[in-house]
Amino acid sequence: MRRRVLGAVNAAAVFVALLVVWQAIIWIFHVAPYMLPPPLAVLKAAGARLPLLLNALSLTAAEAAGGLAASVVVGIAIALFFARSRWVRRMLYPYTLLLQTVPIIAIAPLILMWVGAGMPAVTLIAFIISLAPIIANVTQGLISVDRNLVHLFLMHNASPAQVLFKLRLPHAVPALFVGVRIASGLAVIGAITGELYAGSSRVGEGGLGYSILYASTQLQTDYLFALVAAATVLGFGFVFLVMILEWYFLYRWHESARTLETD
Amino acid sequence: MNAAEVAVPMVELSGVTKQYGNGPAVLSPLDLEIHKGEFVTLLGPSGCGKSTLLKLIAGLTTPTSGTIRVDGLTPKNAREVLAFIFQDPTLLPWRNVLENVCLGLELEHMARERRVKKAGELLELVRLEHVAKVYPRELSGGMKMRVSIARALATNPRLLLMDEPFAALDEMARDRFNEEILRLREEQKWTAVFVTHSVAEAVFLSTRIMVLAPNPGRVHAIFPVALGFPRTAALRSTPEFDAMAVKVSRALRGAIAA
Repeated sequence: MRRRVLGAVNAAAVFVALLVVWQAIIWIFHVAPYMLPPPLAVLKAAGARLPLLLNALSLTAAEAAGGLAASVVVGIAIALFFARSRWVRRMLYPYTLLLQTVPIIAIAPLILMWVGAGMPAVTLIAFIISLAPIIANVTQGLISVDRNLVHLFLMHNASPAQVLFKLRLPHAVPALFVGVRIASGLAVIGAITGELYAGSSRVGEGGLGYSILYASTQLQTDYLFALVAAATVLGFGFVFLVMILEWYFLYRWHESARTLETD
Repeated sequence: MNAAEVAVPMVELSGVTKQYGNGPAVLSPLDLEIHKGEFVTLLGPSGCGKSTLLKLIAGLTTPTSGTIRVDGLTPKNAREVLAFIFQDPTLLPWRNVLENVCLGLELEHMARERRVKKAGELLELVRLEHVAKVYPRELSGGMKMRVSIARALATNPRLLLMDEPFAALDEMARDRFNEEILRLREEQKWTAVFVTHSVAEAVFLSTRIMVLAPNPGRVHAIFPVALGFPRTAALRSTPEFDAMAVKVSRALRGAIAA
């Protein structure tokens, strides 16, 4: 516990040091505020437009959460299908790699064309970008069950449903969380990127991505910084939430959770 | 045991061969009868097909030709009388010890209350009742193996198949497990087919030892073990035990050279 407090204090000290360096750079090199606003100005800009900022933050959070939830559900479903046979995997697995390699910025205009601007389009982009790690990790988790364990289940005349729910799915939970942790960061990035293209076009109704774009065209650099900070906090919050869930589900039995417990 | 029960062998193999795909034969035609109450050990070098033989009896793989009967039934229909103990404890890490022992009963749809009671009894039998709520990662290798044994015995098997269950343990632990397994057999009266590389283990446990030769797997020699039961640790330092071990070792060397 003492070590954990010490760690938090150290992390806070690094943050303060960064702020000092930031302010020092502005003083020493006389940087114009529209190029690099001082930390206090960023805080003020955030305070002045707090309702707008929170609105953008909650919209982006909802889009990212929606996209992530959809990719968890769809990803598990696809993984269950992939786990059924090697033949299916060989045929379809390469296409999940496409999901990962497709430049989301390049297809965003297409989605905009098909779905129209707004929350559904952005959620769809967050979904697409966060799907691949779920499929890959859950599939791996489902098929990497010890052969002897499968034999053990067969020896007790286990039904396919019993093998799935009592063996394969529980075995895949750690891998699922690895996938969700990666996907949660991607979903936030996907939502913000998506908003750059497909966010709502009305001022005050866009999410973080749209607001960033708007603030940059208006040269509101201080508010832009505040938005970037909010986006970072959002991404961190997502990953942190997933890590808490992961710990909750795994701490009793899984080796990965044990280090969290005793640190 | 009445006469009718004795009449049906626990395991009966006739003309059994096994070949994977178009590869070389793993087992050449094999005839084998194991009677109720026997403790038969399959001993042999790698590649003699002893694990394959065990899997055939368990119905986890099918013979290329020949027939297998377990308690008069096909292996797949005889699964209720069978239990298998693997070389690794193969516990489910997300279940605690008690839930692991319950697994077989659960898969066979025994009511929760009854299976917990039954599993509790088994944990007492292997002297692990104090770790019922502990997860496998907290256990030593030996304790995990005892959980694995309790799980196998929970379904009241009449034929216990063991594939080198103690190979990963150190020699002292292995000796203790050998004594333990005979004590459990004394209480529960199952028939056993046991696979091992260790001559001492084979002699200590068995009523009959089958030495197998490799490429393709076949019976090289059979030794009835005329040492009486109950057997205790003291048996290992008797001249009878040594004489038997020497005979079996010699046959094993012959099997490797063959």
